[in-house]
Parts: sequence; C-alpha cells; structure tokens
Amino acid sequence: MMKTKPVYLKHAVSPRDRIMGFVFLILGLFVLLVFNKNFSSETITTFAMTPGGISRGVMTDWLIQTNRTLWICGILLFLIGIYQFIFGFGHRSNLILVLVSLIFVFSFIVYVAANKMLNLAGLLASALAMAVPIILGGFCGILCERAGVVNIAIEGMMLMGAMLGSVVGSATKNIWFGLAAAMLGGGILALVHAWLSIKYKINQIVSGTVINIFSTGMTSYISSMYLQDFPNLNKTPRFPSVAIPGLADIPFIGPIIFDNSLFVYGMFLLLILLQFGLFKTRWGLRLRAVGEHPKAADTLGINVFKTRYMAVILGGLLAGFAGAYFSLGSVGRFDEGMTSGKGFIGLAAMIFGNWIPFRTMLAGILFGFADSLSSSVSILGSSIPGQFINMLPYLVTIIVLAGVVGSSSGPAASGTPYEKE
Amino acid sequence: MSALNNDTEQKKNEAKQAGEIFLQELSRKPSNNNSFFSKLWSAIQIPFLAILSGLFLGALIIIFTSPDVYEAFGKGLGTGFKAVFSVVGNAYGALFAGAFGSPSKIMEALRTGEKIDRVFKPISQSLVETTPYLLSGLALALGFRAGIFNVGGEGQIYVGGTAAAFVGFAFADLPRAIHLPLSVLVGIIAGGIWGFIPGWLKAKTGSHEVINTIMLNYIALRLVEFLLTGPMTKIGSGGMPISNPVQESARIPLIFKKPLTLHYGFFFALIMAVLIWFFLFKTKWGFNLQMAGANKHAAKYAGLNIGIWTVLGMTISGALNGLCGANQVLGVTYTMGLGVSAGYGFDSIALALLANNNPLGCILSALLFGLLRTGSRNMMSNTGIPLDIVSIVQAFILMFIAAPAIIRTVYHLRAKKVQAPTAVNVSGWGGNR
Repeated sequence: MMKTKPVYLKHAVSPRDRIMGFVFLILGLFVLLVFNKNFSSETITTFAMTPGGISRGVMTDWLIQTNRTLWICGILLFLIGIYQFIFGFGHRSNLILVLVSLIFVFSFIVYVAANKMLNLAGLLASALAMAVPIILGGFCGILCERAGVVNIAIEGMMLMGAMLGSVVGSATKNIWFGLAAAMLGGGILALVHAWLSIKYKINQIVSGTVINIFSTGMTSYISSMYLQDFPNLNKTPRFPSVAIPGLADIPFIGPIIFDNSLFVYGMFLLLILLQFGLFKTRWGLRLRAVGEHPKAADTLGINVFKTRYMAVILGGLLAGFAGAYFSLGSVGRFDEGMTSGKGFIGLAAMIFGNWIPFRTMLAGILFGFADSLSSSVSILGSSIPGQFINMLPYLVTIIVLAGVVGSSSGPAASGTPYEKE
Repeated sequence: MSALNNDTEQKKNEAKQAGEIFLQELSRKPSNNNSFFSKLWSAIQIPFLAILSGLFLGALIIIFTSPDVYEAFGKGLGTGFKAVFSVVGNAYGALFAGAFGSPSKIMEALRTGEKIDRVFKPISQSLVETTPYLLSGLALALGFRAGIFNVGGEGQIYVGGTAAAFVGFAFADLPRAIHLPLSVLVGIIAGGIWGFIPGWLKAKTGSHEVINTIMLNYIALRLVEFLLTGPMTKIGSGGMPISNPVQESARIPLIFKKPLTLHYGFFFALIMAVLIWFFLFKTKWGFNLQMAGANKHAAKYAGLNIGIWTVLGMTISGALNGLCGANQVLGVTYTMGLGVSAGYGFDSIALALLANNNPLGCILSALLFGLLRTGSRNMMSNTGIPLDIVSIVQAFILMFIAAPAIIRTVYHLRAKKVQAPTAVNVSGWGGNR
C-alpha cells in the first residue's frame, strides 16, 4: 500500500530531515539563550577586515551591535529549523546545512569577540594557510583512491617531503631544488606503496602503515643524527608571498587570497587541473574506470596496473609538494613530526568532499578554519576551550562517514588489489 | 543489475571456496614425514627471516648515514670495510647490552653477589617496556581475528590512561585492594568505550573503522589535552598538560626494589595473553568472533549476527588498549601526560602481524619490540645513533611480514601453501548505501 502524502508537500520528509530540523532548532535556541545572555544594546563586536602587516587592499573595521546581531541570527536559525522540521528542504537540505553552519559559526564569533576586537581577515587568511596541506593531501588521496588504491601513507609522504625539502633547500640555498627534492621523496615513497599494494597485493592499509612508520622513523633519525648538530642543514629559504597586481588591491578578499606564496596558487591551479582532468578528459575517465570496475576497464584495453602506478606516483608527488609547504612555505626548517596528522585530516577532507576535488577543497578550508578559530578563540579567552573547536572536524568526518549528513561513497574498487586473469 | 549479479556470484564463490578448503582439510592425510623441527622451521621461517632482514636493512641505514664510514673509506678500502663492521658492531652491541645487560657483568655480579640490581636493570627495563607492547599487540591481534583493523590504539591508550589516572588520584584513603583494581577497571572501560564507538558505527552504518579510529585518535588527543590542562591538571604545573600524580594506593607494586622497575603489570599482561588465547581458540564466543572476521557470508549463513561480533571485537580490542594506558600510568609514569604512549598503538600493528595474530605469539614479538626499544636508548647514549632506527627496523619487519613473497624471492624459499592472509578488507571507507 502506498503511503499517501499530504498535498502541500512536494516531497516526503525523511526522518533524517526531521533530525536535521531539530538540530537547527537547538542551534537557534543555543544562539538565543547561551550566546545572547547579558549584552546591553551598547555592546559592540569589532572585526578588523585587513590581516596584520598588510598595506594593500585595506578595509575599514566592521562594527556590529552584538545584541541585535545575535537576535537576528538566532531567530533565523530557529525559523529555518521549523521549516526543515515540518516541510523539509528536500534536495536542497545540504545547501541549507552549510548556510546554517555559517550562521552559527558567525554568531559564535560575534559572541566570543563581544566588547573585543577580532581580526576576521587574519582569521580567514590563516584558515586558508592551514588548509593548504590538508587540501593538497586530500588531492593526493583523490588521485590514489579514484584509481582504486587506498592511501593512508599521505602523512608519511608529507613528512618525508618536509624533511627533504628543508635539507636540500638549506644545502643548495635554492628553494626550487628543495621543492623538487620534497616532491621526489613523496614520489619514491608512493612508488614503494604502489609496488607493495599492486605487485605484492598486500593489504593497502598495512602498506600505508609501513610507509608511515618508516617515514616517521627515518625523518626523526636524520633530524637527530644531523639536523641538530648542523643547524645550517636546517635553515632553508622560504617561498615569499607574491601579491598579484591588481587583484591584491581588492579590499578584504585581496590580501586573503591574492597575496600568498606559491603553495596557495599551486593549490588553486591543481584544483582546476584535477577537477577538469578527472571529469572532463579521457585520462580522468580511464582513471576512474580503473577505480570503479578494474575488470571492465581491463577488458576495454586499459592497463590497470600502469594506471594505478601512475595515479599513486602522481599522488606521492602531490603529497611531497604538500610536505614542502611545512618547511619551505611555512617555517623555513624541519621539526620532528611537524605534519602533526595533517595527512590523515586530508584523507578526512577527501571523504567529506565525496572524492571530488572542489568539495574536498571546501572541506579542507572548513578544517583549516576550525584550526585557526580554535587558536584565536583561546587568545580571546572564551568559556569554550579551543580543544573542543579543534575536535569538530574529526567529529564531522565521523558523522559524514556514518551517512547521517549527506552521503559518502567512494570508488567501488578502492582498496581491492586487481588480479589479472 | 550487473553489480548485484556480481555480488551474489562472489558470495557463491566464497561459499564454494570455503567448502573446498573444508573438504581438503578433512581428506588431508596426516603428514608424518615432517619432523618436529622442520614443522617448527616452516612455521617460524618467515617471521625469523623478516626480523633478520629488517635488522640487516637497519644496519645498511646506519652504515650509509655514518660520517665515520665515509671518512674511513676516504683513507682506503680496507679501513673503510673495517669501519663498516665496527660501526654496525658497536651499534648492535650497544643495543644488545642495553636490552639484556652485559653477560660478563651479570656473571661477575652473580659470582661476587654485588651490584646484582644494577646488572639486571636493563632486562627489567626491557620487560617493563614489553608490557604495553604486549597489551596493545593483543588488542590488535584480537581485532584482526575479528576482521577489524583497529588503528585507534593511540586514542584508546590515551583515554584509558587518563581515566585510570583520574581514579588514581581523585580517591584518597582507599585501600590498595580496592583502589588499584578500580583504577585499572575504569581505564579498561574507558578504552572499551573508545573502541565501542567505531565498532558500533561499523555495525550500524558500515562506515570503515580505520578512518573512524584515526579520527577518534585526534578527538581523544584533544580531549585529553583539555582535561590535562584544565580540570585534571597538576596544581602548579603552569598549564603544562600533565595530571596530578596517582595515589600510592593506586600504583602497581614493584616486584623488586627500586632500581629494578619491573612491576606486576608484566605478569598481568602475560596472563591476559593466555586468557585471550583461551578465549579465541577454546571458547564458542571466540570461535564465533573469528568466524565473523574470517568470512562474513559464511558466518551469516551459520546464523551469526555479524554486527554484534564486530562491536564485541572492537570493544574488547579497545578495552585491551585502555588497559595498556592504565598499565603505563599506574605502573610506570604514575602521572598522565601526553607522552604516555610511545607509539604503541601504531607499532603493535606490526607486532600483531609478526605474531600471525596469535596471542601467545604476541608475547614473543612484544618481547622483541620491548628489547629493541630499551636497547635503542643505550645505543643512542653510547654510539649517538638515534633510537628512531628501531622504528625503521620495525617498518621493514612489517613490510616483509605483510609481503612474504619478497622474503621468498630473496632467500629462494619454496612457495608453500600459504595460510589465508589477514583478511581485513579495505573496500571503501564507509556508508552503507
């Protein structure tokens, strides 16, 4: 028997929609009752709109009334929640989810920075900077998994890239040699991963673990054997920030996006290349075919092994590039374990972004934002500890993976070795 | 449509294969031409050669990164080779002495009866270091047997250690007979909860435990960092992430006197190994757990509820890691800090696979890892070779264990009928759609 659905509903409201609506309601109430406690109408939140130390693209500070803003945000969330609970936004609910998250985060910042000043532009700029290795790691994961090889060794490849980049960059006093060495290091580890998991068909997670353990050990070994005794081997020049003429003068956006080092521009370039390459070219179609149904791809004359080798090695070069960001792009030296799990978070961004480069970038920026928000919150001194904000990306990944919010489904053959018959 | 066909086809094939293997096992003649020693050799040859090759490659790395060797080769070929042997000999000699103590001194001390505690200090330290490896290795081995890849050891150790530390310092004036077991138990429960979450998620939604446990590692790290800098912080530590020291009554007692740090946790871990072995191989529950891990479809056909066994396996695995954390806090450090786990959760992946996921085998491989870890400290202070060489060696061992084909090729071994490899499938990260 078919369930009859009320005429005024264009689509059925699933239990998931109800849960989401309920959560939105709670968030709205949270903003109204917890954030908006005892601010008088004179309370002002000040956002600085130019990152520190920047003279181009200056924008005046943005002053907003804390009390009124929180009321507006809270009521907005509440209304969205009610609509979602009763009617549901249907296929647009993921978009609404993003909107709700943005409003909620905005009210949180307004609440934290009440009576104080928060550098909004600086927050976003550092979010982008922190997101770069996560996003590049995610791209590495996409390349490998779209071709059917699970890669949890991104972390290890990054670490090796960071170390080699610093050492070669310091020894030759040339950042480009450093970058090349970093990418080569990532590529060689990727070759080993490919060799173990494609030729020897060992469990790809075990193979990734081998590389992670080896890489952590090797970089720490070199670091304590040489880098501490010869500090000159660990003092590399860094890639400078290059302001793009014209674009960098746009207020607010200019200094955040168009005044960065090679790594940020490289990331955007790779995004375009990958998004186009994977979905609009023959190369991408073949790669995805190998990851989805290797047997069919083989029958059509695609060399499965070669494609997988190529994808994993390209991914390794990318991970090496991401690793170079830490030493050549950020601090100018190598520290033990300096990637601090960014490779694994990149993997999470990949899943969150549903194995699509553009969405992975958005997820990476979200994760980077959580990082930078937690550090500015702890500077401002809020009642919510920074660690809990730091936890959010991981929690969100688990929730996304469980299929509560949106769907995540990777390439079908990802993780299974291919046996040619 | 075709995907569906494939799926059923695959299931059929698997069932068929299982049946064939079963028939083969039934109809196989008892082989009595194999002596005990050749059987033993065939069982241990891969692990043995993997360890040997790992140590050999480690030696190569030591040689290629040693400035002395390059200097000696500059002087001449002969001195160069001499330097190669002396560098490796010194390094591994110091490793051995640091792990076991020096044999001559032990003999001397036994004869004269002096400084006995000092000469036995290295071996006692090695056993102390073996304990967390063993507990965490058991967790991984049980997980693998249940078809679960638990990469969340670190997080579970952190959570278990923190919980145990909290009970350990929060309750004063409890007798040891209550306080110590209570602290250990709370640590086990905390680790169990941290293992239950990914287990439940896997059973309920199909999301892959590897990603979930990695994420939970970071959540645990942040949570513990928050607790250690906030509510649980040591008074006067100035915001350092370190907890109050646990009460005397919650500490695991030492077996000997002070310079020998060996505590009863070691024997407890040994008992755990036997218990887990008994559970896995001699009880119905253990059999079910392994069946759910080895072949999902067969297990489902036999009427098992896979979800329950997945959750149970993951929970026990987490609980063992929690026990590992509690053991470190209550038996070694006496206070919870962020350095409580020296990578035990990750190293034990190699450890469990080296032991072929056999709890009793884990004792041996944990001993190896403990000896290596302890010896490497002595090697670092005596020869200046960083102790990270042990991680490198462990990585090589893991590689050779996971890909025995490499070992067979290198040593020209006959390819034998291999046991089913540790069957943890990695097809996709999650989502049951």
